[in-house]
Amino acid sequence: MTRRMKITLGAMAAVALSTAAFASEVSPDAVEFTDDGVTVSLTGVAGDPAAGAEAFKSRKLGNCLACHTSTDMSKELFHGDVGPSLDGVASRWEQPMLRAIVVNSKHVFTDETVMPGFYSLNVGQDVAKDFVGKTILTAQQVEDVVAYLGTLKE
Amino acid sequence: MKRLLIAGVVMAAAFAGSGPVMADPVDDTLEIDGTPIVTRAKAPEGHPFDEVYSGWLFREAETRDAERDSIENPGMIAVEDGEVLWNKVEGTAGKSCASCHGDAAESMKGIGASFPKWDADSKKPINVELQINKCRTEQMGAEALAFNKGGQQELTSYIKYQSLGMPVEIDLTQGDMQAWWEKGKDVYYTRMGQLNLACASCHEKAMGKFIRADHLSQGQVNGFPTYRLKSGLTSLHQRFRGCIRDTRAEQPKAFSDELMALETYVTWRGTGLSVETPSVRQ
Repeated sequence: MTRRMKITLGAMAAVALSTAAFASEVSPDAVEFTDDGVTVSLTGVAGDPAAGAEAFKSRKLGNCLACHTSTDMSKELFHGDVGPSLDGVASRWEQPMLRAIVVNSKHVFTDETVMPGFYSLNVGQDVAKDFVGKTILTAQQVEDVVAYLGTLKE
Repeated sequence: MKRLLIAGVVMAAAFAGSGPVMADPVDDTLEIDGTPIVTRAKAPEGHPFDEVYSGWLFREAETRDAERDSIENPGMIAVEDGEVLWNKVEGTAGKSCASCHGDAAESMKGIGASFPKWDADSKKPINVELQINKCRTEQMGAEALAFNKGGQQELTSYIKYQSLGMPVEIDLTQGDMQAWWEKGKDVYYTRMGQLNLACASCHEKAMGKFIRADHLSQGQVNGFPTYRLKSGLTSLHQRFRGCIRDTRAEQPKAFSDELMALETYVTWRGTGLSVETPSVRQ
């Protein structure tokens, strides 16, 4: 067996495993928005606030700091202010509404909202081919970010 | 007093997040080698803003100073290189730009303030880069310059520099310019890419705010080609493509109909601002 084949088989096994692990994952088109927000976890696996904090500040993942300040992240440089400060955000919104805002804030606010939908395929024109059919964050990363936001209480 | 209170709250919020300490365009005036530069102008009728601002007002003091002083402005090297190209004989006709146009300081004055304009031959708007190519292929017997190659940016910088300080005003009454303006407006408000952002998302709705370290300007184009401190001389279509790439969309080709329409519309959005080529930006 060649080295390349081994890697390919390994990757396939990993995909199969992750599919099995997230068999109950809600697909982006199936997320249900209610008046209270998105009440059902996207994965059934509790979000990890530490992983969520990483996704929140990573430019490759959520890059939330590009538009929001958070005192909790004051050691990170260059917080933006296109969106509101997230200090105390968990005291202003319940978890299902935080999840809804991260998934696709245009369902919560208006179509004019600048904030991208982080778990939505309802996106802009001419998506670059590397990103076609993909969401900005995975379902679990959304749960992690929501868990992190849940720690930002007044 | 109310304004003071609001300012206080804004400052407090900014400091609390170790974030931005500046929100509006700065109160500063620009003069380059004795030429006054209009960096704030009353917006033309039908414009979403009351006043248009040069991107210069959104940059930090050091960056502003670099543009103020033409010795310090790194973009001036491009202008000097462009002058050499202006006088360089190329093509089968044995001509340079200067063979027909003479002294650029006279013949090119106003060009940078009035392009893009209607081109009856191609029935499209034409910008300075494409006009250079038209001259090369039709008058000089030379090859068209490829996008950003062969001194295209330098020659464009040199030509636009001859209009330094002149207010931008394009003529939308010629040919189908108005229809291209409309098409450009559609492009401006169309959300692109996985991040689902339009030009207007950042440069209209969030103008004056910070996205990471970047102070969002109105996205004016009166200073192109511009010298960006992080990436050097940058042409307008290069910047359009960079912004579009950052929305995670496929990039349209330089000088495509889509981007020519956008250039037409965005140039109009800066009506009244002085030509600042080569401006200095972040």
